[in-house]
Amino acid sequence: MTVLPRWVDIALIPAINLVLAFFVSGLIVIWIGENPLIAMQVMLNGSIGSAYGWGYTLYYATNFIFTGLAVAVAFHARLFNIGGEGQAAIGGIGAALVCLHFGWPHWTLAFPAAIVGAAIFGAAWAAVPAYLQASRGSHIVITTIMFNFIASALLVYLLVNVMKAPGQMAPESRSFPAETHLPTAHEMFAWIGVSFPRSPPVNVSLLVAIAASATVWVLIWRTRLGYAIRAMGWSEPAAIYAGIRPFRIIMVTMMISGGLAGLMAINTVMGEAERLLIDSVQGAGFVGIAVALMGRSHPVGVVLAAVLFGMLYQGGVELEFEMPAVSREMIVVIQALVILFTGALENMVRAPLERIAAMFR
Amino acid sequence: MRANGSESRRETAAPAIELRNISKSFGAVRANRDISLAVAPGTIHGIVGENGAGKSTLMSILYGFYRADAGEIFINGEPTRIPDSNAAIKAGIGMVHQHFKLVHNFSVLENVVLGAEDGLILRSTLTRARKLLTELADEYELNVDPDAIVESLSVGHQQRVEILKALFRHADILILDEPTGVLTPAEADHLFRILRSLRDEGKTIILITHKLREIMAATDTVSVMRRGEMTATLKTSETSPEQLAELMVGRKVLLQVDKKPAVPGPAVLDVENLTIEGERGETALKNISFTVHAGEILGIAGVAGNGQSELLRALGGIEQAQGTVRINGTEIPLEGANSGADARRRNGIAHVPEDRQTLGLVMEFKAWENIAFGYHHDPSYGRTRWLLDIEAARRLTGVALKKYDVRPADPDLTAQSFSGGNQQKIVLAREIDRNPDLLIVGQPTRGVDIGAIEFIHRQVLELRDSGKAILLVSVELDEILSLSDRIAVMFDGEIIGTRNANETDEKELGLLMAGIAEVKTT
Repeated sequence: MTVLPRWVDIALIPAINLVLAFFVSGLIVIWIGENPLIAMQVMLNGSIGSAYGWGYTLYYATNFIFTGLAVAVAFHARLFNIGGEGQAAIGGIGAALVCLHFGWPHWTLAFPAAIVGAAIFGAAWAAVPAYLQASRGSHIVITTIMFNFIASALLVYLLVNVMKAPGQMAPESRSFPAETHLPTAHEMFAWIGVSFPRSPPVNVSLLVAIAASATVWVLIWRTRLGYAIRAMGWSEPAAIYAGIRPFRIIMVTMMISGGLAGLMAINTVMGEAERLLIDSVQGAGFVGIAVALMGRSHPVGVVLAAVLFGMLYQGGVELEFEMPAVSREMIVVIQALVILFTGALENMVRAPLERIAAMFR
Repeated sequence: MRANGSESRRETAAPAIELRNISKSFGAVRANRDISLAVAPGTIHGIVGENGAGKSTLMSILYGFYRADAGEIFINGEPTRIPDSNAAIKAGIGMVHQHFKLVHNFSVLENVVLGAEDGLILRSTLTRARKLLTELADEYELNVDPDAIVESLSVGHQQRVEILKALFRHADILILDEPTGVLTPAEADHLFRILRSLRDEGKTIILITHKLREIMAATDTVSVMRRGEMTATLKTSETSPEQLAELMVGRKVLLQVDKKPAVPGPAVLDVENLTIEGERGETALKNISFTVHAGEILGIAGVAGNGQSELLRALGGIEQAQGTVRINGTEIPLEGANSGADARRRNGIAHVPEDRQTLGLVMEFKAWENIAFGYHHDPSYGRTRWLLDIEAARRLTGVALKKYDVRPADPDLTAQSFSGGNQQKIVLAREIDRNPDLLIVGQPTRGVDIGAIEFIHRQVLELRDSGKAILLVSVELDEILSLSDRIAVMFDGEIIGTRNANETDEKELGLLMAGIAEVKTT
């Protein structure tokens, strides 16, 4: 087997995959009778062509960083956490309880508390499948995906029967008090005297996402725990030989993973909606899988992939608006193609590249 | 390369197998380089070489698993293409793999005919096979009960089923890949008798092995491979183990270890009634008791699969067990919270596992990560409890790699990019360098090249001479005999006998390994 140079592995292969995905998407756009170059231009303009576009792109990217990191951390222990969706939903309950049940004087106090609340709730939700895997061998893929449905049912029950604001029809909690509202990019840029559009929901949570990425890097590559997680991921028999306890690693890793997914709630529930909605996750948990795959489970890769998927989301909304022939479903198809090429079909590009590399030796 | 017809009557016949200029590369690795070989019909031809010399690749090309990049194959003088194993069978080639390819819950007869049935109805094929099996049993000492279920047979008998499978398919050329790895010495002798009578009937046999003794005992001619090339083809009667070893390694090697007499001290490891229940309720270890003293090597001999692996796993804290184990007089828990491998390391037990690639190393980890493996909570790898000091780990690894002659001594290379011998030295460096009271070591030189074997044996003896206790498990009887001070033989989960190394010999141990305890007691 040939080992590829590092830059090929981390930069060239994802780039080629991305080009292929866009090429096939372009063919689909041609097939429905639109000009793919114009479609591309609309998407780029809409997502990164203006401060407004950036504001939305980064808002989505914040979600994807959290869920992408969640999947990436679990990956290092060879655990496939498909439950980001449910963990993020339950994290929302944690954030909402923190915001609603304490009289916070200022957002700077409410924010750290909400971070802890969201993370603990997400971690607790991941702990159950983790325990079932660690002690009973129930496969984590199956249990986490089932827990997504349980989470969604639980959220509906709570919003309809327990947390619903009195005197209204919608299954929503009451709005969080103004003291818990997070500063958006508009406000934060205003502090340093730079103007930024008011409406994009990107907020201070983005900084938490960046900090979380750095923390995950330190955890995986610089701590003894991260070392044990990676050892367990590469080889469980070897880990046992080295005195690493799989039970402990599975529990700890999944709870870190679930906590990261739960953190997404500070961006959506606390930062954007400012109340608990019935569907605030909107598939970000699943996108996290694609983000982690494309980002090679490395925090830097996850951040870059999250921004790319943020662009696809925001650009897709614009495209739907500008080109009525391109429906919402079309956008989903393009996103799916990116996932297909960057995640599932990775080896399609790798094998020929390895052959080329071997020729030049 | 000269032809090697061993007797005059054979020189006129075309070679049974002739390879001309065979080359095969895997990516940048040139596994076979321009190999030519001719094997006369009716001979036993040995192929020796270290791991990775290209023996298996060459035989895989001959049996149709790989296709050669260049070169030609002639069978009985006819140019033959062998794109897959069906073509190989058609050309009269049969292969007995190192790991048998048998259906365990089928009878011997069913295994023999599997894939070679005459038609939809089995009866006629089975009748034909039964007749052939009876004939072969008389002719070649190849007796196996045709109706026995394969999983109830001993390993030696299972191997005979593999040979019968090949003969049922009319093989005239038999390739055996490391056939004696799982046999007792007596079973191996029996196998060689079978091979000789097959040869006398005109069959051609290729024997792949790394055991020079077997080459000397069983073959007529021998080829030596080194680094993908055929370095020599010789008549066995005109060569010696020393010459073959030198051709394999490319330099002179010491086959014998010099050893000072042991100076045993107090008991370090005291095992009483150690028992492990196997997965299906059978007992994998039955009331094992023994003692290892400081400054002594206790060798555990036995055919693979008689409980040695379980013994290592129990002592290494990988598998839970029942019984009493004392280290320096202190009892250690065998079950529950403090019975893991981390607790064993704190108790002063270092463990070089049998299988370095699945247990001893994380193949994707860098050398420094593997040197820290199992000791990653050690204060030498960082002052804080949480953070790992990578620079310190790399520095310590660089020193250890040099000290244990690991090549290349680069702490940032992944374990999989080292050769087998160097991987084993990494494991040894890690375990010995921690200055343990007791070293338990399984198959220390399995899949390791001759040059590294010398080094590893010397390290183990040095550790003994520095007053440490060593428990050595090996299926290589030569290794047990040359390193151990006392030898315990395991059979069917029990210790069937213990002997002093200088008062016993291969023959007596061979009988013990076969489960025959009632010989003489020393």
